Amino acid sequence: MSRPTLLALQILVAVVCIVLWQVLSTVPVFGKILLPPFFFSNPLDVFSQIVKWFSSGVIWKHLGITLTESILAFVIGSTGGVLVGFWFARQPLVAAVFDPYVKMVNALPRVVLAPIFALWLGLGIWSKVALGVTLVFFIVFFNVYQGVKEVSRTVLDNGRMLGMSERQLMQHVYWPSALSWMFSSLHTSVGFAVVGAVVGEYLGSAAGLGYLIQQAEGVFDVAGVFAGMFVLSAFVILIDYGVTLVERRLLVWRPTASDGRG
Amino acid sequence: MSTPTAVALEDAKVAFRLGDGRVYTAVEKAHLAVAQGEFVAIVGPTGCGKSTLLNVAAGLLKPAAGSVKIFDRPLAGLNRDAGYLFQADALFPWKTALDNVAIGLEIQGTSRAEALPRAQKWLTSVGLGAFGGRYPHMLSGGQRKRVALAQVLIRDPKILLMDEPFGPLDAQTRQVMGNLLLDLWNADRKAVLFVTHDLEEAIALADRVVIMSAGPSSRIIGDWRVSLPRPRDIFEVRLDKEFHALHREIWSVLKDEVMKGYAQSTQAAEAV
Repeated sequence: MSRPTLLALQILVAVVCIVLWQVLSTVPVFGKILLPPFFFSNPLDVFSQIVKWFSSGVIWKHLGITLTESILAFVIGSTGGVLVGFWFARQPLVAAVFDPYVKMVNALPRVVLAPIFALWLGLGIWSKVALGVTLVFFIVFFNVYQGVKEVSRTVLDNGRMLGMSERQLMQHVYWPSALSWMFSSLHTSVGFAVVGAVVGEYLGSAAGLGYLIQQAEGVFDVAGVFAGMFVLSAFVILIDYGVTLVERRLLVWRPTASDGRG
Repeated sequence: MSTPTAVALEDAKVAFRLGDGRVYTAVEKAHLAVAQGEFVAIVGPTGCGKSTLLNVAAGLLKPAAGSVKIFDRPLAGLNRDAGYLFQADALFPWKTALDNVAIGLEIQGTSRAEALPRAQKWLTSVGLGAFGGRYPHMLSGGQRKRVALAQVLIRDPKILLMDEPFGPLDAQTRQVMGNLLLDLWNADRKAVLFVTHDLEEAIALADRVVIMSAGPSSRIIGDWRVSLPRPRDIFEVRLDKEFHALHREIWSVLKDEVMKGYAQSTQAAEAV
């Protein structure tokens, strides 16, 4: 299928959905409105709400807060994950001792930590960052741990035979291998950083996209809830696109599935 | 005056402790000497421990008994005089071909600015001058072997250890690579220990062909000198009468071991 056709079909899906939504929420079918506006609002209202947010400029502050929280959560969580992952992989004893605890903490649904973080760190951005960090950390940690442990035996032996010292092996073999695993989970970890931020805001805050949605919900403003959801989706798609660009730059050396050769 | 011995395995025995506590003896009392400038090929049936023997010479593996001497000095730790060409892909996948070759020098402390032009020269001499910017996954299997060869040779090791380096390649590429190896080797004649299961390849390349018996507890059971004139062309040398005579002679010994090795591996499979 050619690109324009595909794009046309993709847009068609959106148009059909929005038109159906608009029609079903405003025009009675057999004397009954199938999507009551109180519960479902309608696309026009949602759209005008979004326009109002952007034209008045209030949305920028919330977007900025959520973005800051996501970035901080990602950076802190990744750094911690890389360092601990590296340490555990190089010290099997440490890894063995901490193994059950790591599993236990990772098994915990992170949302229940939100109230604790709110208590400890207040309603500002840091309680949201902390929630995001607990999500990002484990993804990066497991990937880096795996990456260091699964360095190809042959590549390692080759490094040794070429005369690499332990430090050089670290720099030229373990480190790039671990980073490549970390980058392969980049989409997931960035996504989780945003999840942490938004869920944290939703559960208690004074600003951010999650706060916006929660406020709208509190006054039964369904158009506001949907508007918040759409802005959030667009926000995540933009970030994800950014991640794709970074990835393409950093992982040029990696074969992609579409490559003919293995 | 005799030439110095580059690699000497003296009654080297290699054994592994298995998971269930038993000891598996891979190689029993191997005695082998490679003189400086000599190209020795080790041939044996699958699973005879020929790669194991190479790892002992590289210092990647410690012999259970006996000793390894490199230029008449007992080997402790890794063999710093040796370059090792692996059977599997051993290039650093996150480095370009050029960086993969340059790294051998950079490790020794050569500055990058100095290492890169020399790496480029080596890439050119293995026929990949225009491919320096490619990452290993963008190269074919044969091209990757060429880069690996340059990576090892740029350090100018006194000894070359090769573990079925052309094993994964197709028949034509193997011959081309064999000729490339002979050309490069001819320039300065390093001591080479070349492991292969392909007797024809061994005779075409080497000065001496060493045959190992089927494992476990395999031993060296034959040692033939190949007196075909050098420089050789692998395509041509295979048509030589002497080549055929030697091949027939060695094969008559090797055949039994191959059958034994095959029988053992099928029995082992049935036992499981």
